[in-house]
Amino acid sequence: MDDKLNFQELDEILEKYRYDSTQIIPILQDTQAKYRYLPKEAFTYLSEKLGMTVAKIYSVATFYENFSLQPKGKYVIRSCDGTACHVRKSLPILERMRSELGLSATKVTTDDLMFTVETVSCFGACGFGPVITVNDEVYPTMTPEKASELLVKLRGEF
Amino acid sequence: MALTRDDLKNLVMTYKKSLDAQKKKIFVCAGTGCVAVGSLHIYDEFIRLMKEKEISCEVKLEREPHDDSVGIKKSGCHGFCEMGPMVRIEPEGWMYIKVTPKDCAEIIEKSVAANQFIERLGYQKEGQVYPTQEEIPFYKHQTRLVLEHCGRMDATSIGEYLALGGYAAFEKALFDMSPDEVVAEIVASNLRGRGGGGFLAGRKWTQVRQQKEPIKYIVCNGDEGDPGAFMDGSIMEGDPHRMLEGMMIASIACGASEGYIYVRAEYPLSVSRLGMAISQARECGLLGKNILGSGHDFDIKICKGAGAFVCGEGSALTASIEGKRGMPRVKPPRTVEHGLFGKPTVLNNVETFANVPLIIQNGAKWYKSIGPEKSPGTKTFALTGNIGNTGLIEVPMGMTLRQVIFDIGGGISGGADFKAVQIGGPSGGCLTKDQLDLPLDFDSLKKAGAMIGSGGLVVMDENTCMVEVARFFMNFTKNESCGKCVPCREGTKRMLEILERIVAGQGEIEDLDMMLDLADTIKATALCGLGKTATSPVVGTIKNFRQEYEAHILEKRCPANVCQKLKRITIDKELCHGCSKCANSCPVGAITGKIKEPFVIDIEK
Repeated sequence: MDDKLNFQELDEILEKYRYDSTQIIPILQDTQAKYRYLPKEAFTYLSEKLGMTVAKIYSVATFYENFSLQPKGKYVIRSCDGTACHVRKSLPILERMRSELGLSATKVTTDDLMFTVETVSCFGACGFGPVITVNDEVYPTMTPEKASELLVKLRGEF
Repeated sequence: MALTRDDLKNLVMTYKKSLDAQKKKIFVCAGTGCVAVGSLHIYDEFIRLMKEKEISCEVKLEREPHDDSVGIKKSGCHGFCEMGPMVRIEPEGWMYIKVTPKDCAEIIEKSVAANQFIERLGYQKEGQVYPTQEEIPFYKHQTRLVLEHCGRMDATSIGEYLALGGYAAFEKALFDMSPDEVVAEIVASNLRGRGGGGFLAGRKWTQVRQQKEPIKYIVCNGDEGDPGAFMDGSIMEGDPHRMLEGMMIASIACGASEGYIYVRAEYPLSVSRLGMAISQARECGLLGKNILGSGHDFDIKICKGAGAFVCGEGSALTASIEGKRGMPRVKPPRTVEHGLFGKPTVLNNVETFANVPLIIQNGAKWYKSIGPEKSPGTKTFALTGNIGNTGLIEVPMGMTLRQVIFDIGGGISGGADFKAVQIGGPSGGCLTKDQLDLPLDFDSLKKAGAMIGSGGLVVMDENTCMVEVARFFMNFTKNESCGKCVPCREGTKRMLEILERIVAGQGEIEDLDMMLDLADTIKATALCGLGKTATSPVVGTIKNFRQEYEAHILEKRCPANVCQKLKRITIDKELCHGCSKCANSCPVGAITGKIKEPFVIDIEK
């Protein structure tokens, strides 16, 4: 993806929240929804428009787990590691996906920006654990084998 | 649009007529769990088939009643998640489990058109078929009050909520009671906050009411971050109006005109259903300025969390709504004096607010008749882990763990033995076999070193390693520590390091005392509840499962055979044909046996 920002889109977001700096979290959420991460350029632009220092915005963006300063993959796969999924053996699924994609706990996105694999604490679909989500769609009762098949399918769709 | 009390009454009447005109109702579960296994396809298939067969069906409750039509509804979570996707047929109360789109035609043909129960789709256990929801053992022992509408109402329709008696408590509080009377009723009910601490809701409300500050806020904590807990999410998705009604009543009681709901971003369905519910309530004149001509103003906004567990803590949550890093601050002053934007704030969780309309409607005396006097009412629990019936349940306070796990939960899945139950999430503790007869209420659990917390019950069988579970929770709290105070930031990190060493077989026996020491210090010095309780799972497991820690440390053995580094290889007697291939290739000659009989490994070699 190109790093050039479309400031008009950011203006629309700012407009929606009436340039209110206490709304910085939803503003960043909407920005991230557009670009799948928070591009550097957005910080300076938002800082000017909201009258907040870049440092302040940066401090919010780095505190919350859902914000990413790195580009994310086309498919963001979240593996649930909540207690319920954990006792139903969610770890082997995560390990399988990481090993097949060459990812680790520190390297979460593939170089071709196809896949991002992260863990998450609970989706509230514990009855069907272990679960993973791909771009917010929930896949229930996973196994390492099913996860491999899913990766193959997603690759084919690209 | 309802503008006066009478308008509202008329609106309720018309919706009630409309609902009564639906002789048959099909409820398709549209909770997060069932949606994940395809329940929305079933919903679509029902509508498609009805149209094809030209059966009059309604997906929306109209103000003009149609005679004799079939209502098809997306309901909230039915609770019996393990059996999803679920479909309930009313008026009979039939419950169909594990339904697929292929079953829809048969359901319409038999259950809707011919009033026949389809046996093969019903819940069966030990040869017995249970046609109605109420007969199924999972439901039979429950008391569903907060969840009464979940699964029995179109979760996206204010009309149905009104037709079922919703917002009557709000109307009563608004017109027939004074704010002092509302507060007094909540105080008298002994309602305790369902978010974890069990603080008396009435006391909180009284304190906020007493503040002289003209601006006050009502905040609902829907940041249910505990792994393995999904009750609040299910209420927000399944019966959003009930929770809004509770907040509205609180606004009358405390004189607040603005409310916020803080929902975690991992619950997209809750966010959208709440948004829908708020705009419906606004349209009916239940939210906004001069509500129903009473002179009372109140409106609600939704704030989406951005993924920080610590934001479930009061002062961190308000900081997050204000657009700051969600870090807790030193207390006092407490939220009731200095909350959101520095103003007095009532902060309760979803389930607490959902209890409020019931209390106002039926009175404090009725409420106190359920469960123990000091912890009255019901509690919802998310029953998960190695248990037969995973799901969302609601039981009177004071029910024993044994009843919950074995009568409702159907015991341990897969035939293994019960080992422990983790209650109260990362802040809670593990209860063992000896504590199965403990009544579940705030006080008795506290005495046992655990807590109800938000209500996650994760059942673990004998194949679970308790040391690994402690490591899991410590890893969670370490990751979620906001980093503001040293005891929590550094302490959880050091404890995690020790636990990681132990599960890797490099622990020393002194580590146990060291961890207990650290736990004392962290508990005494951490800034907020997250830090203060972060060590509970470790302290609890050392206390109850010390022998497992010792096996890891002294014998370098994981009794549950879970910890990777301590894993031992065994030969499955059932599968071994006795081909001797393994014995021939073992470099140390540890495998012996007779041909065509199962071989054995001598681990000592």
